[in-house]
Amino acid sequence: MAKGIKDKVAIIGMGCSKFGERWDQDTEDLIVEAFTECIADAGIDTGQIDAAWLATAKDELHSGKGGLPLSFALRLPNIAVTRVENFCASGSEALRGAAYAVASGACDIALALGVEKLKDTGYGGLPEASRGVLNSMWWANYSAPGAFAQLASAYRAKHGIDADELKRAMAHVSVKSHQNGSRNPKAHLRNIITEDTVLNAPMIAEPLGVFDCCGVSDGAACAIVTTPEIARALGKNDPVTIKALQISVSNGLESGFNTWDGSYFHTARIASKRAYEEAGVTNPRQEISLAEVHDCFSITELVTMEDLFLSEEGQSWRDYLDGFYDSDGGLPCQIDGGLKCFGHPIGASGLRMVYEMYLQLQERAGPRQVSNPTLGLTHNLGGAPHQNVCSVAIIGR
Amino acid sequence: MSGIVTYGAYVPRLRLPLRMISEGQPGAKQGRGKSGERSVCNWDEDVITMGVEAARDCLSGGVQDIDSVWLSSTTAPFADRQNSGVIMGALNLGESLGSQDIGGSQRAGTTALINALNMSGEAKKLVIASENRHVRAGSPHELRFGDGAAAFTTGNHDVIAEFLGCASRTMDFVDHFRASGEQDDYFWEERWIRDEGAMKIVPQTIEIALAKAGLSADEIDHAILPSPVPRLRERIAKAAGLKEEAIAPALEGTVGDTGCAHPLLMLAATLEKASPGETILVVSFGQGCDALLLRTTDALAGYAPATGVTGTVAARREISDYAKYLSFAGLIERELGMRAEGDNKTALTQAYRRRDLLHGLVGGECSACGTRQLPRTRYCINPNCRELDTQEPFCFADIPARIVTWSADHLSFNPDPPSHYGLIEFEDGGRMFANFAEVVPGQIDVGTRMRMAFRIKDFDRKRNFRRYFWKAVPEMAPSEETRDQPHG
Repeated sequence: MAKGIKDKVAIIGMGCSKFGERWDQDTEDLIVEAFTECIADAGIDTGQIDAAWLATAKDELHSGKGGLPLSFALRLPNIAVTRVENFCASGSEALRGAAYAVASGACDIALALGVEKLKDTGYGGLPEASRGVLNSMWWANYSAPGAFAQLASAYRAKHGIDADELKRAMAHVSVKSHQNGSRNPKAHLRNIITEDTVLNAPMIAEPLGVFDCCGVSDGAACAIVTTPEIARALGKNDPVTIKALQISVSNGLESGFNTWDGSYFHTARIASKRAYEEAGVTNPRQEISLAEVHDCFSITELVTMEDLFLSEEGQSWRDYLDGFYDSDGGLPCQIDGGLKCFGHPIGASGLRMVYEMYLQLQERAGPRQVSNPTLGLTHNLGGAPHQNVCSVAIIGR
Repeated sequence: MSGIVTYGAYVPRLRLPLRMISEGQPGAKQGRGKSGERSVCNWDEDVITMGVEAARDCLSGGVQDIDSVWLSSTTAPFADRQNSGVIMGALNLGESLGSQDIGGSQRAGTTALINALNMSGEAKKLVIASENRHVRAGSPHELRFGDGAAAFTTGNHDVIAEFLGCASRTMDFVDHFRASGEQDDYFWEERWIRDEGAMKIVPQTIEIALAKAGLSADEIDHAILPSPVPRLRERIAKAAGLKEEAIAPALEGTVGDTGCAHPLLMLAATLEKASPGETILVVSFGQGCDALLLRTTDALAGYAPATGVTGTVAARREISDYAKYLSFAGLIERELGMRAEGDNKTALTQAYRRRDLLHGLVGGECSACGTRQLPRTRYCINPNCRELDTQEPFCFADIPARIVTWSADHLSFNPDPPSHYGLIEFEDGGRMFANFAEVVPGQIDVGTRMRMAFRIKDFDRKRNFRRYFWKAVPEMAPSEETRDQPHG
């Protein structure tokens, strides 16, 4: 394996807009909201940014495709702006672009910004997306909840778990995230819910009810990265650095070759192994202080903990019921509310996860601060269980 | 010896109890006190998909050497795009075959069968008749009509029923008509149809056919007769001198009158219970009359299609309510929701390039490692192989499958929510993320056995186009009955 970028890239500033149904805000407003926080945090001028990466997955925004929307919104000084799109993992892809640019020496300072304006469709849930000319002719017509609900059917069958018991563990995933989200002023959903609320909610895609699904939100998040040397020169003496940044992309095996049982993410197991290797983590359940994973649906979070080797295979549902991933548990997960409650503006989500780690590692997370974190893991997934893009990043000091 | 070699049938699983028609139309007399039911197409079924299923049943014994595929229908979805060509693609019979669509009359089914029998040669002809009957809500025909299809192969060898002869008469007797581009029939008075039409035209045609074949009416063991108005078969039989016990059951109260497919569907049902050495008369009525005569051979005793009429009639499910039938039949305009607003334009260039996948469900089998995969791609999917351009075409249509993952989705657009779909795994390899059809909520789980069925995948409402693909349907024992559920 290549040496990777461990400790070669420092994060010197981050920003995140409030997530939610931002009826009164344009894409430009969301970009500016996240960026102004980020640039002030970094303590640099816009003119010092050498290159930028823009993540946005769903909407072509006001200027059309490409890097223009970011360059226009921030009036960037004609630097390179690259638009990246890798489904819901787009935000992580933008960070990867910026981090690699810095690690390679091509740039001194780079910006990664993710933004999504989802609430201009007229209906709830994600916007209907084109699935391509050929795919739409043969691939099943499906929705995101329907695709992720498939996990539950296979996980249940594989581990012989009673449907009601699994549903209860899934409910705990959501109850915990609402508890955490209530302490986050930027979160989309801040209400505390009970297990009964989750269990009795209207069905979206069996067995996922409304409260098993994350918020569909408008929002933006961004990061400014540089080398640790430049960071120190800028007065950041103990900067937060990237320990690992791995992306694994499906090649069709899951849905085409008879080895995958549908109960886990093939890519997440690969990306997390590579990330632990890059970061030098040997016992993740012990070494990782907290995790922000891609909890687009409760069942996604539940099986992901096994794919990240934080829970034993077939046991994560017990860990949830035992409170291991609660804010006061052994490994707090979704301490900011996660996609479930912070919200899920597609292109921004990967960067939002890193934003929370960045705050936690600097003990700047306010009432939701966990004690003494050293390594934070983010897991950002794009696509569906049977074909996806999976990013695992580890951030530390 | 020219004759019928194999036969098959398909009737949609969904059935509309006749009492629902009166329950659904308060104040109407239609269907009041009526027992029985009729078949109705599911939202994703039409003449093409039913024709494919009937043909698959007909070819279930592994029929070889077909040189032509014919489709008879007056309700085929395309006026100018060969419907039989779509069926041929779904049957994966290759592309070096002839084909034709035959329509324009309720005689279209028998005319095709007569022509095929008259043209019998070394190669076989596949004759399919399929009808998806459109009737207005409240029309008397709503009670009498049904949807279904039958298929036959004809040829000179191994015939189960020998062709003895035929007669046809043609006169422009307009008992009903439907103008091009219209959906609904316009009927004239039943008494005129009966007395001046059927009773004067049909018995005479039967007489001519019998004379040509050198048979007398009382030698007919099974008489498949038309009934353009109710209760006409007995009268026709009497007028033609046929034995009353020879009158073949007309599938009334189970399927209904399936139009130009009906004489052929009744013939399939008759062959199913006939013994060798029996004589069959098949008659149709529509701007004249066709009559053809067959005699079953000893080969009939050793033949049975996979499902047949009995099997497909028994594989039934009551529709949950009349309104659902109306919406499936396009008789009421439903709110489809914003999620149905997407443009389903089909790239015809792309559809043609991958026609073997899209119509034939043809994937690949790697000649290097044997891995089966769908779709067929340039590099092998097996991580331990990865050879380039080693995949030979492999058809998955008849391979049984089982569910690996599934869900019932209440969010995405489906005319009959919830939408069931999931990952299926074919026996001996190959997978597909497939839409399911004919699922009763609660009936499926991981491991459920499925068979593939050719169905309508999407409608392009803007351009009045429809595209087809294969869906996974739960395997159903012939006698198994299930209940449909209302939209939840």
